[in-house]
Amino acid sequence: MAKTITEINENIKKGKAVVVTAEEIVDIVEEKGVKRAAQEVDVVTTGTFGPMCSSGIYINLGHTKPRIKLGGGKCYLNEVPAYCGFAAVDIYLGCTHLSDDDPRNKVYPGEFKYGGGHVIEEFVAGKDVRLTATAYGTDCYPRRKLETWINIKDVNEAVLFNPRNVYQNYNVAVNLSNKLIYTYMGVLKPNLGNANYCSAGQLSPLLNDPLYKTIGIGTKIFLGGGVGYVAWQGTQHNPTAKRKDNGVPCVPAGTLAVIGDLKQMRPEWLVGTSFQGYGATLTVGVGIPIPVLNEEIVQYTAVKDEEIFAPIVDYGKQYPYSEKPLVELGEVSYTQLKAGKIKLHGREIPTAPLSSYPKAIEIAETLKDWIKSGRFLLTEAVASLPGPESGLTFKFLKERPIE
Amino acid sequence: MISKRIVLRFPNRLIDQPIICKLVKDYNLEFNILKAYVTPREEGLLVLELKGQDDEYNKGIEYLTRIGVRIQPLSQDIIRNNAKCTHCGICISVCPTGALVIDSITRKVHFYDNKCIACELCIPACPPRAMEVHF
Repeated sequence: MAKTITEINENIKKGKAVVVTAEEIVDIVEEKGVKRAAQEVDVVTTGTFGPMCSSGIYINLGHTKPRIKLGGGKCYLNEVPAYCGFAAVDIYLGCTHLSDDDPRNKVYPGEFKYGGGHVIEEFVAGKDVRLTATAYGTDCYPRRKLETWINIKDVNEAVLFNPRNVYQNYNVAVNLSNKLIYTYMGVLKPNLGNANYCSAGQLSPLLNDPLYKTIGIGTKIFLGGGVGYVAWQGTQHNPTAKRKDNGVPCVPAGTLAVIGDLKQMRPEWLVGTSFQGYGATLTVGVGIPIPVLNEEIVQYTAVKDEEIFAPIVDYGKQYPYSEKPLVELGEVSYTQLKAGKIKLHGREIPTAPLSSYPKAIEIAETLKDWIKSGRFLLTEAVASLPGPESGLTFKFLKERPIE
Repeated sequence: MISKRIVLRFPNRLIDQPIICKLVKDYNLEFNILKAYVTPREEGLLVLELKGQDDEYNKGIEYLTRIGVRIQPLSQDIIRNNAKCTHCGICISVCPTGALVIDSITRKVHFYDNKCIACELCIPACPPRAMEVHF
């Protein structure tokens, strides 16, 4: 019998809800079958903890005396530039931004020790952050210069707003070229020296709801250790990507834009990270509850690593130059990837993950505890995400020469 | 038979002396140099894997101590800051000796410092910069 989210929330409020993680549901469905699992389980929790470069925060600083209008001016947080093309004291800090004097890749490979993601981690941790700003001055906002410490507890609003997180599946990165390369997928050794992957696999949110039947706009989630919401589909959301018979995409597909109150979040779930030769970013913890409304949904959540496949992509040439692969590299399952080596072209290639599985488990367990204890209720999505039927796809930029 | 990875620190008066040669000739020890440099203050640092019979090894170490070389085990020099490590696992792709490995059950990263040769490849490869060098 089908359940509703209202009924599940009643169970949560009574402290009677049956909540399991996306790892635990695999065995439950295998033991009890889809029908009984759908009856007995109310919620399946998922989790992921990986580098997510389209992440950032916006802050309303509070007005100064005399007033300053940062819009049209410049501003920095701990030397890292923040965007201030909004109203007077609203600013946005993206996690990949670097200070003006960061050497970047001038000394190759660059270290990228401190960027926007690191500022965000320190700000969330309650550390004072140095704000410096210049403005052009107006009759109503006469001030032109501002230098001050700011703290998360003093600003009006601090909000994490990430335009693209929680990729539904991702590439396995290899290097077919004959030189060592430094990528956002880690260091890739020449001639298929290693293979790096980045997904929590069977615990990953969108792989447990592959056709977006429950996760939609307005879905309440675990975000950075606090509570957040799905705001929209993420940028590059690609629901028409290739899928297997179980509905699970076998290439990068759906994405989410997420939002939440930064003041409730924790630095252990928003970690500033550095990718040698590539840049700085933010490693974000996200967990999404999936309400078990019926048998179809419980079947989706029971997906396991051996049924999820990821494409092998050459980052030596194919990816950077947006080319078709010279040789077909195929796909591998997350079971193979997690075993530590994959077979390719008759060779064994060692694998390594970028996404932390132990942290993904911790997120799914934390969310489970929140729901069981009644402090986290589920929300009904207010609108669905575009699914495969939408025909939506993502495209390359069509460049037109400027005369 | 003893085989250990050790860090030797030479005061500047010793850096032009053929000390390792003595370990081979007088104490029958085998060595493998993992790292060597002279600091701007002219102190020498040498990371060695040193191997030999128990009594000869101990006599060799005694000789080094007597002439003023400071000795410490290598494992004290590369450490993992456990508060920073997120157990993502990317470090295992650069570690050449298998000192960093993923536990197949828990998926957590183990650091076996006795296997570490202090090559330092993991230092910049670790996204949260949890691996630290303390030479």
